[in-house]
Amino acid sequence: MPIQFPKKPGLVIYLTAGDPDLETTKQIAIAAIDAGADVLELGVPFSDPLADGPVIQRAMERAVGRGVRLTDVLTLCKAIRAERPKGGLILFSYLNPVLRMGMEPFCVAAKAAGADGVLLTDMIVEEASEYMAAMKKHGLAPVFLAAPTSPDDRLKAIAEHTEGFLYAISRTGITGVSSTLSDDASKLVQRIRQFTDKPIALGFGVSNAEHVRTVGEYADAAVIGSAIVAIIEKSTPQEAPAAVAEFVRGLRR
Amino acid sequence: MEHSIIDPVRTLGNGRFGAYGGRYVPETLMAALQELERAYAAVREDQAFQGELAALLKDYVGRPTPLYFAKRLSESLGGAKIYLKREDLLHTGAHKINNALGQALLARRMGKQRIIAETGAGQHGVATATVCALFGMECVIYMGEEDMRRQELNVYRMRLLGAEVRGVGAGSATLKDAINEAMRDWVTNVRTTFYILGSALGAHPYPTMVRDFHRVISREAKQQILEHEGKLPNAVIACVGGGSNAIGAFYEFIPEPNVRLIGVEAGGRGTALGEHAARFSGGLPGVLQGTYSYVLQNDAGQVATTHSVSAGLDYASVGPEHAMLHDQGRATYTSATDTEALDAVKVLSRTEGILPALESAHAVAEAIKQAPKLAKTDVILVNVSGRGDKDMGILAREMELKGAGA
Repeated sequence: MPIQFPKKPGLVIYLTAGDPDLETTKQIAIAAIDAGADVLELGVPFSDPLADGPVIQRAMERAVGRGVRLTDVLTLCKAIRAERPKGGLILFSYLNPVLRMGMEPFCVAAKAAGADGVLLTDMIVEEASEYMAAMKKHGLAPVFLAAPTSPDDRLKAIAEHTEGFLYAISRTGITGVSSTLSDDASKLVQRIRQFTDKPIALGFGVSNAEHVRTVGEYADAAVIGSAIVAIIEKSTPQEAPAAVAEFVRGLRR
Repeated sequence: MEHSIIDPVRTLGNGRFGAYGGRYVPETLMAALQELERAYAAVREDQAFQGELAALLKDYVGRPTPLYFAKRLSESLGGAKIYLKREDLLHTGAHKINNALGQALLARRMGKQRIIAETGAGQHGVATATVCALFGMECVIYMGEEDMRRQELNVYRMRLLGAEVRGVGAGSATLKDAINEAMRDWVTNVRTTFYILGSALGAHPYPTMVRDFHRVISREAKQQILEHEGKLPNAVIACVGGGSNAIGAFYEFIPEPNVRLIGVEAGGRGTALGEHAARFSGGLPGVLQGTYSYVLQNDAGQVATTHSVSAGLDYASVGPEHAMLHDQGRATYTSATDTEALDAVKVLSRTEGILPALESAHAVAEAIKQAPKLAKTDVILVNVSGRGDKDMGILAREMELKGAGA
């Protein structure tokens, strides 16, 4: 299933898998797809999420505490895929759990689970040759990130190697909600445009419908993470799928 | 992982130490790491920079440090002659200032006015706060709340020096968690901030740069032991947390095949995962905080919690150059338990009147094990990386010094 953004702007929704529990994440994922999410990022819980802000850190801590592991997230991915054949599914992980499984076995399992692509937070293009070769072999899209601090030569390399979409980081910093979008965001997307026609999704701090509308003026999709994870944190497991669905529907209103 | 390498030990190279090292960081940091790499490569060969660093190391920090023959300790063990490299005598009380000063000079040259650092035992935090005071820089130190509690005196020292100490409550609230939080700060303030990383860890160029700033330890020690003994030591022993004092103490001896290099990790209070910080016996290669090295982790790749009586060794990974030396067999890595380290503090204090840091006491403990097995003409060189004043609270509690006698 190729990653597509038929409606503009597209919506990429991040969930920390296993928060509050794996079954609820599955229900939330299905609800989010039905509410209009084009791509779901299934976050693999990790003990040391150094690129994440407090909201996702807490979600990861809860999921790690419950013993949720990469193999569980792959099983979850497969279950979501079984119920929703369409809709992009990305596995979003720090590198170490993937290394522990082994790059090749991971790619085999990710493909079997119906994932479309993988995003590794702490994998930069220079270190990625083995990773990219394994991804290519198994028909998976490696999604790379670009930052406002990335100089043009790095943006060019990132644009060349990313598949599915390019994840543009709106600001210097960690994940988390913010009241306004950084001025860095549109400038970064314009700079990336010089190098690629691949879809560009903008994330970090994208928190509400107004932000999504603004992102739609210059990017192909918006990534919403911490705002969703915060809703899940405040909801009971029974309420969470409907609460997330309502929020996702509201993002494009 | 396969990587081409061009003599990574002897040059700034590509940040690889065999298969280890590299750069595994959020993209946002890459421009800063590349800027740092270029700036460091430039000062590495710069006479003016190296001259200024050498002058400050001499006049401000107190280098060279003595190499002291521990006669009573050696005689009491009845074996090899034990020499102590006295990094504990440096300004601020540990080797950490060698690196903090070097990086602060580099930060100043790069025009960065805001400094951040992490600290475990507080010695790197104190060293960083000290050099920031010296150069009039803003200083923020991240420290695990558990470490703030057990190394309280160093928290006061940092604050007195004008640094802001930010407690980190996540995870086990120790060194690893402090590094996570420092990296989050750096990602956020990367345009204005210089991160003075305190050990030979993290993404390239840190492991190489930090090692270079500590190379002076073995450069001096090699010359000093030749002056004292007319020969090289049979073994060099150093404690290994992240591994900065050890790589500094080992480095000039690496090309000397007859010198055994022994790193001592924290054996903690048991061999189960979570009870120690012995990465080479309990860990597997993985990526933590920017570098590929041995990591204590579970079978799902979650990084394990660690335990050591010494905050400075209480860390789940280890510098990548040590990982290479381990795999090559060039260095061997062993461990000392909490109890052995505490005993070593007492032994060194009472035979030589030298109170080592709990970290350094792990190296002393290994020397106590090794010396009796060697001949009286053999020589062991122990790096006493820091002094133990900071540990008096722990020592008083653990040794019941408050009672009638220990």
